[in-house]
Amino acid sequence: MTTSQSGADLRIINTTKRFGDFVAVDDLTLTIPAGSFFALLGPSGCGKTTTLRMVAGLEEPTAGTILIGDEDVTWAKPYKRPVNTVFQSYALFPHLDIYENVAFGLRRRGVKDVKKTVEDMLALTELTGLAKRKPQQLSGGQQQRVALARALINQPAVLLLDEPLGALDLKLRRQMQLELKRIQTEVGLTFVHVTHDQEEAMTMADTIAVMNAGRVEQLGAPADLYENPSTTFVANFLGQSNFFDGIVTHRSGDYASVTVQGQNVSIPVSRVHTQGSSVHVGVRPEKLRIQYRDDAQVNDNDNRLEAVVSDSSFIGVSTQYLVDTAWGQELTVFAQNTHRDERLVPGAKVVVSWAPDHTFALDAAQDVDAGVEIDEDAATPDPVGATS
Amino acid sequence: MSGGAVAATAVEQQDIRSHPGGGATESKGVGTSKWTPYILLTPGFLWLALFFIIPTVMLLLFSLYSGSLDQGYSFEFPGNWSTYSAVWEYRAQFFRSFLFAGLSTFFCLALAYPLAYFIAFKSGKWKATLLVLVIAPFFTSFLIRTLAWKTILADDGPVVTFMNWAHITNVLALLHLTETDRVLNTPLSVVLGLTYNFLPFMVLPLYASLDRMDPRLVEAAQDLYSSPWTALRKVTWPLSLPGVVAGTLLTFIPAAGDYINAELLGTTKVSMIGNVIQDQFFVVTDYPTASALSFVLMLTILVLVFFYVRRAGTEELV
Repeated sequence: MTTSQSGADLRIINTTKRFGDFVAVDDLTLTIPAGSFFALLGPSGCGKTTTLRMVAGLEEPTAGTILIGDEDVTWAKPYKRPVNTVFQSYALFPHLDIYENVAFGLRRRGVKDVKKTVEDMLALTELTGLAKRKPQQLSGGQQQRVALARALINQPAVLLLDEPLGALDLKLRRQMQLELKRIQTEVGLTFVHVTHDQEEAMTMADTIAVMNAGRVEQLGAPADLYENPSTTFVANFLGQSNFFDGIVTHRSGDYASVTVQGQNVSIPVSRVHTQGSSVHVGVRPEKLRIQYRDDAQVNDNDNRLEAVVSDSSFIGVSTQYLVDTAWGQELTVFAQNTHRDERLVPGAKVVVSWAPDHTFALDAAQDVDAGVEIDEDAATPDPVGATS
Repeated sequence: MSGGAVAATAVEQQDIRSHPGGGATESKGVGTSKWTPYILLTPGFLWLALFFIIPTVMLLLFSLYSGSLDQGYSFEFPGNWSTYSAVWEYRAQFFRSFLFAGLSTFFCLALAYPLAYFIAFKSGKWKATLLVLVIAPFFTSFLIRTLAWKTILADDGPVVTFMNWAHITNVLALLHLTETDRVLNTPLSVVLGLTYNFLPFMVLPLYASLDRMDPRLVEAAQDLYSSPWTALRKVTWPLSLPGVVAGTLLTFIPAAGDYINAELLGTTKVSMIGNVIQDQFFVVTDYPTASALSFVLMLTILVLVFFYVRRAGTEELV
C-alpha cells in the first residue's frame, strides 16, 4: 500500500459523473499540487462533494481519470487508496472510544504498535485526556478533531475534508479554521477542502477552485479570485459586487475606457475578461468611497458617479449604504466607521468614487445575478444592531 | 475550546427562551407533581401483579402440593418436593428443548441478518412493502402454518424427494438430524418449524437496529482501509448487537417452551419439555409435577438469559 508520499500531486482529468440525466460533474480537469491547501468552493449541488467522493473512491466516475502521483486510482477500491476523508457528519464509530476511533486505520493496515502514533496524534489535535471517552460524550468541536485525527494518523497522500466545519457554530468554526490551517502547515499533507462557505475557503486555502454546475468557474489564490473575478458567478458568490452595464469604447495602453450611462469609467486591460464590447462593469462595495457631494474630493484618475443615499445600516465595524444613481440603479457601499459623516442620511446627495484598479469588466452575456444568494447558510452579516 | 462550544450553546438556548412569543410558556397545570410517575405506573403494575407475579407465586406453590385431581390437592408443610425429581426424569426433553431452540435461533439469525440488512440499506422504496411481507405470515394461524410444513416435508413431496435424490437426507441422517429417507418426525423438521415460526421475531429487531445505523459509518470504515467484509465485522455487526440480542431472546425464549412444532412435526422421540408439561397438565393431570417442570423451565431460561445479556454487554449501545 502506498502511503505518506507527500510529494504526490492529485490530478483529476476530464472526469464526468452522471446520476441518470443529471450531470453532477461535467468534464472536470484539475491539478492539485502536493502539499497545498486546496478548496473546492461552490453552492450545494455544484458537484464539489461528488468530486471529493470520486477521489475517495466512494463514487465511480462515469468517465475520466484520477491520478495520485503517477498511480491511476480511478477504479481502485476506497480501502486501497492513499486517501482519507473527514466526513461532513464526522461518521465517528459510536461503539469505539476515541483512542480506538483514531487507531482504526492503523489497525486495519496491520500496524502492530499503535500506541505512540495514536498518542502523538491525540496531542496534535489537543484530544489528550479524552482517549477513553465515547464520541457521543464529546462536544461538536471535539468530535470534529477526532474525525480529523482519525484521518490524519494514516498520513494519506491526500486528505479530503467534506464540509468539515459545517455543523459547528460560527465562533467555533472560526477557531477550527485557524486550527486546521495550523495542522496542515505542521504535517505538510495535501488537503482538499470542500465547502460552500466562501469565507472559510478564503481563510484557509492557498488555492480555490470555484465550482458551479459541475464545472470550475475560476481557479486561483483567494485574493486573486476576490479582487479579479472572471465571471459574474465568482463575483457574486465570493463576496458582493455592484454591476453597471457598459460599452468598451477603446482599449489602449494599460487601461480600457468604458462608457456607463454616458460617463467614462476606466478599467485596467488585465481586468477586462472579454473581447466583446458589451460588458458588466463590476466593483466591490467596500472599494467604493462615499462622500457628501458639496465638499467631495475625488482623485483625478478615479471613477466617479453621483448618487442619492436611499438607506443606511450601521453594522458596527462598518456602515452599509444603499445609494441610487442618476439612472435609478441601486448600489451597495460599505464604509469603514473610521470617520462617519453624519450628513450621509437617506436623501443626501453624494459622490461615489473608486480607483480604476478596483474595477473589473465581465462579458455582458453572463447572468448578472449568477451566484447571488444561492446559499442561505453562507455567512451573511448579523442583522443585530442594524438601523435604517 | 469545549468551553466555547458550551457557552455558545447556552447562549443559543437562552435566545430561544427569551424570544418573545416563541418557545414554550411555563408549564402550568400539566401534572408535574412528584406523584405523576407513580400514577402513570399504576395500571401497568397492577396488570403485572395480577397476571404475572401472583400466577408465578401460585405456580411455585402448586408445584409443592400433593394429591391427585380425583382426591383433591393439598399443601402439607414443608411441601411435596418430590415433584422436582421429574426434572431429572425428563432431562432429555429439557436438553432437547434448549438444543432445538438454540439451533433454530442460530438458523433464524443466519437467515434474518442478510434479510434485515437488505431491507434496511438496499430496499429503497420497497422498504415498507418488505416489512409488511415479513409479518404477513401472522395473518394465518400459527397452527395452520405449522401444519402446512407437514405437507411441505411430506415423504413423497418434492422437497424430500429431491433431498433423497441428492443424498442430502443420508448425510443429515449421519448427524442424527433426519432419517435416511424422511424429514418429517425428525429433529430437523421440528427445528425447521421453529425456525420458520419465529423468524419474524428475529428480523424485526435486527431491522430496527440496522436501520438506525448511519450508512456513512460503513463508508468511513472503507475509507479507513476496511474491505467490505472487515467493515461488516468491525462496524456493522457490533452496532447491530442490540438487535441481535433482542432478536435471539425473542426467538430463543418462546422456542424453548414451544410444544406445537414438536407435536405436529415430530414424534415422542423428539419431544420437547413443552410437550411433557402439556402432557402432565392435560393427560396425566399431575398438576404439581407440571408446575414444577414449568417453574424449572422458567428459571433455567432466566439464568441463561441473564448470563447471555451480561456477556453480550451491549448496555451502552441500547
